[in-house]
Amino acid sequence: MKIFTCIKQVPGVSEVKIDPKTNTLVRKGIPSITNPMDNNATELALSIKEKHGGEVIALSMGPPQAEEVLRQALAMGADEAYLLTDRAFAGADTLATSHTLGLAIKKILKDSGDEKKYLVICGTQAIDGDTAQVGPELAEELGLPQITYVQKCELKGDKIITERVFRSEETVIIESKLPALISVLKEVNDPRFPTMTGIVNAHEEMEVKYLNANDLKAGKENIGLTGSKTEVFKIFIPEKKGKHVVLEGSVEEMVQQLCNNLKEDKLL
Amino acid sequence: MDFSLTEKQKMIRRVTREFAEKHIAPIAEESDQQSRLDPQVMEEMKKMGYFGTCIPKEYGGAGLHEDTISFCIITEEIGRIDASWSITTGVHASVCAYPIYKFGTEEQKQKFLIPLAKGEKLGVFALTEANAGSDAGGVETNAYLDGDEWVLNGSKIFATNGGIAETLLVVTKTGQKGKRKELTVFIVDTNTPGYSVGVREDKLGVRASNTSELVFQDVRIPKENVLGSVGSGFRIGLQILDYGRILMAAQCVGLGQAALEASIKYANERVQFGRPIGSFQGVQWKIADMGVAVECARLLTYQAAWMCDNGLEYGTMGSMAKLKASEAAMQATHDAVQIHGGYGLMKAYAVERYFRDAKMAEIYEGTSEIQRMVIAQKLLRRGY
Ligand SMILES: Cc1cc2nc3c(=O)[nH]c(=O)nc-3n(C[C@H](O)[C@H](O)[C@H](O)COP(=O)(O)OP(=O)(O)OC[C@H]3O[C@@H](n4cnc5c(N)ncnc54)[C@H](O)[C@@H]3O)c2cc1C
Ligand SMILES: Cc1cc2nc3c(=O)[nH]c(=O)nc-3n(C[C@H](O)[C@H](O)[C@H](O)COP(=O)(O)OP(=O)(O)OC[C@H]3O[C@@H](n4cnc5c(N)ncnc54)[C@H](O)[C@@H]3O)c2cc1C
Repeated sequence: MKIFTCIKQVPGVSEVKIDPKTNTLVRKGIPSITNPMDNNATELALSIKEKHGGEVIALSMGPPQAEEVLRQALAMGADEAYLLTDRAFAGADTLATSHTLGLAIKKILKDSGDEKKYLVICGTQAIDGDTAQVGPELAEELGLPQITYVQKCELKGDKIITERVFRSEETVIIESKLPALISVLKEVNDPRFPTMTGIVNAHEEMEVKYLNANDLKAGKENIGLTGSKTEVFKIFIPEKKGKHVVLEGSVEEMVQQLCNNLKEDKLL
Repeated sequence: MDFSLTEKQKMIRRVTREFAEKHIAPIAEESDQQSRLDPQVMEEMKKMGYFGTCIPKEYGGAGLHEDTISFCIITEEIGRIDASWSITTGVHASVCAYPIYKFGTEEQKQKFLIPLAKGEKLGVFALTEANAGSDAGGVETNAYLDGDEWVLNGSKIFATNGGIAETLLVVTKTGQKGKRKELTVFIVDTNTPGYSVGVREDKLGVRASNTSELVFQDVRIPKENVLGSVGSGFRIGLQILDYGRILMAAQCVGLGQAALEASIKYANERVQFGRPIGSFQGVQWKIADMGVAVECARLLTYQAAWMCDNGLEYGTMGSMAKLKASEAAMQATHDAVQIHGGYGLMKAYAVERYFRDAKMAEIYEGTSEIQRMVIAQKLLRRGY
């Protein structure tokens, strides 16, 4: 059984800075890391493999330096890694990203004799783009059932049994037959550290395979900027506007005052 | 000339830093006070491969035997969090496991090296005795051949990992050639009858690290346990220490780095006279000197490691690195305590521990005086 993990390289900061002139992310001087939840995805894939066998395949779409996050997945124990890189992939929105990832998964499955039983694991969301759309869209691309926001997961026979966070406080148990796609939260596990041997192997004995638009037979109209249905007009950090008012007095007085203020501002 | 680390080395640094911050940092202070290496951390460190860093994979190691820079980075990053751990893994791997790899027979590697590299057994290099410290020629622990076995008698002191190890390299007097003693290194399994652990030292620094006395009373060692050859102990011993010194330098780089980082943080946060103390020139100069000292130490250490990896004679550079790094760590931790003022003396701040740990480094694996002596002799002979 093939277990795919999708890994995104992101800037290693909790607050992204935006260059006001170019409207792009400031990347200079900021180290790149594996999107944290994607380490959870890899950990889950590895633990399933250790229990049930299979093959863990790490995928990332990004510029050549994203090879680093794939080496990390290999160092953790992934069997194979593919970097989808091509100038034509640049500027992809979530739709184009998931289309490209989907093509790669289909190609890898096809090349290995069309395995029917497989699992795709994504992080729930990336700390930079933060849309949480790639997992679900990728499931659509592949025609797979999807379970998102997974915080517990277990494989039983050809079924995946998950605990999904629902409306942030409740949880629901969802089962799905394989093939399926799940996207995981950081609560799902505690990712292992790559061992020293793992790091040495990942750099000296294993390779990250590159796939470009040609390899994937990707149509220009579906990838990169041209394949993106959304377009970023402007990115900005909202300015703090308005004043901060502290109301005082009894509850009745404060409520009265609040209503007056809201009416004055034509909000009520 | 290219000073950049490889991608592999960068990942090793990042992962080891994260590992040490996650697993070692939270209990470092407690370990120091209780003079105890946490068994759970020990297990995690074994899994990570830190006990077999410099041993090839076919002998159970991580395969960094030709990448001493990576070994330095690991030791530095562990030393940055807790020098008790970096001396434990550093000594084990560099002066016990590595010499068996370097000088041992295939049978010795199969029997002793593999469990050491996997961390299943801990290792010791025992040279120092009550009357043989800086002067290794003073070794009195002796062995004589009786049939197919060597019979060992004597005692060693200050052996790192002594009380918790199962495999020892013991430097022993096996004869006399004119005025010179003939020394031999034996591999000793601690389960051999006649062997016992004496006092465990209670120390100023690296308190969690186990430093113990080892006692040998008619300990019978099979002939096959001679490392190298009979009488090669002096030569092998010096080579073992040359290699080990690079790693001791590396742990001092980590210790100095820790002192520097703590000082920068504190200097930016602590406000006196209405300003962060880092804005005062008196504090700034200390920070600058610390930064310079730590970088010098790092460069010398990596250079010695690089020379080692490239088959060059690295002994003197290793001594220079060990001398500079231990003194840089001493200076940096001293100034770090000063910058922290009264808080610097309190257990609540890690600089108090760094300061005590740094002092040890100027003494073990050759005191600063001995390093200067060795370096000077070399320079005077070489003439530049
Ligand atoms: C500042 C900024 C603005 C953006 N604005 C838009 C926008 O307006 N419209 C829009 O559609 N997109 C936008 N994006 C998203 C962008 O194009 C994405 O970076 C990309 O498509 C992935 O989306 P995401 O980061 O939201 O990932 P998410 O959907 O949050 O990621 C979920 C999971 O999908 C997987 N994944 C995501 N990306 C990759 C990848 N490249 N390779 C492998 N696995 C991956 C990972 O497992 C990840 O954990 C923006 C991104 C940024 C940084
Ligand atoms: C924490 C710790 C761990 C240790 N681990 C080990 C270990 O694993 N294995 C092991 O074998 N040993 C170990 N040692 C021992 C250590 O290597 C010795 O303590 C060290 O070599 C110094 O020897 P000494 O203590 O006998 O001091 P001495 O040799 O008695 O030195 C006393 C002083 O005289 C100075 N001195 C001596 N000779 C000269 C000279 N010719 N010129 C100028 N000054 C001189 C010294 O520099 C020192 O200042 C450890 C020590 C410590 C503290």
